[in-house]
Amino acid sequence: MSAHQPEHAHPGAQQYITIAAILTFITLVEVSVYYIAALRPVLLPVLVVLSAGKFALVVMYYMHLKFDNRLFSGMFLFGLATALFTAIAFIFLFHLLQPRFVT
Amino acid sequence: MQQVASAPPAHPPTHVEEPSTGLNNRKVLMWAFLGSDCMFFGALIVSYLVYRGRWQGHPVPTDVFDIPYTSVSAFALLMSSLAMVLALAAIQRGDIRRLKIWLLTTAGLGLVFIGGQIFEFTTFGHEGLTLGGNTGGTTFFVLTGFHGAHVSLGIAWLLSLFVQAVRGQMAQARSLDVEIAGLYWHFVDIVWIIIFTVVYLIPI
Repeated sequence: MSAHQPEHAHPGAQQYITIAAILTFITLVEVSVYYIAALRPVLLPVLVVLSAGKFALVVMYYMHLKFDNRLFSGMFLFGLATALFTAIAFIFLFHLLQPRFVT
Repeated sequence: MQQVASAPPAHPPTHVEEPSTGLNNRKVLMWAFLGSDCMFFGALIVSYLVYRGRWQGHPVPTDVFDIPYTSVSAFALLMSSLAMVLALAAIQRGDIRRLKIWLLTTAGLGLVFIGGQIFEFTTFGHEGLTLGGNTGGTTFFVLTGFHGAHVSLGIAWLLSLFVQAVRGQMAQARSLDVEIAGLYWHFVDIVWIIIFTVVYLIPI
């Protein structure tokens, strides 16, 4: 068996550059949105969606999770889901359930 | 009963990189590490968020942030991920010359990010935000400091690959070495994507 055989071929340089252009565009939108006062009420969901999009693009295309074995996705997503669950639980506990707990 | 002495195997057992799963052990290990590192950074980000808005005393992190400046260094780290995948694509093609160029570019952009972070930390310190000043400073510096340490380790790793390439020790058959280093590098990039949004951009 060869040293390493990905399950599917990885993207080529052209696709990597296209992804980088999309990431650049999203970053520009993120920073622009931050300075638009009219968008303040919806800033949180907008920024969360934009950064989640950037995160997904890097993980799927640059880290090749879209193309590699699903075991890798499972290992990574397990850690990510645990971290996310912990974050939501702590925010719920300290900011919503016991807003005066931390001084 | 006659005991039959077992003859030593003709070839001693060697390190098996690909077990029955067909997956490379080192790559599995790297993904396991990245999964655990998600939890590590998750804990640090949660610590920042738990205390956010309850900071006592000034300055607090949001008083001293310079969003345009940090946006530029965040962009440098984002583009370093592009350089990293181009390095991987180069070695997969057997193009060692471009591998060296892209590895050095990736490390250089990482150094731009680290240099920016050092300058930022120094500026924040002059403005009164310190590690022990208030919980805002503590959680901010611990979170971003650990991320900076990860980036620094990644730069050292990339430069070691670059030196090996210069010495003629890198070949197409070693593309997995670059891929594993790349996984680590992209991970520090995605962590910064989250930190930049959660810590810098989302208002209290």
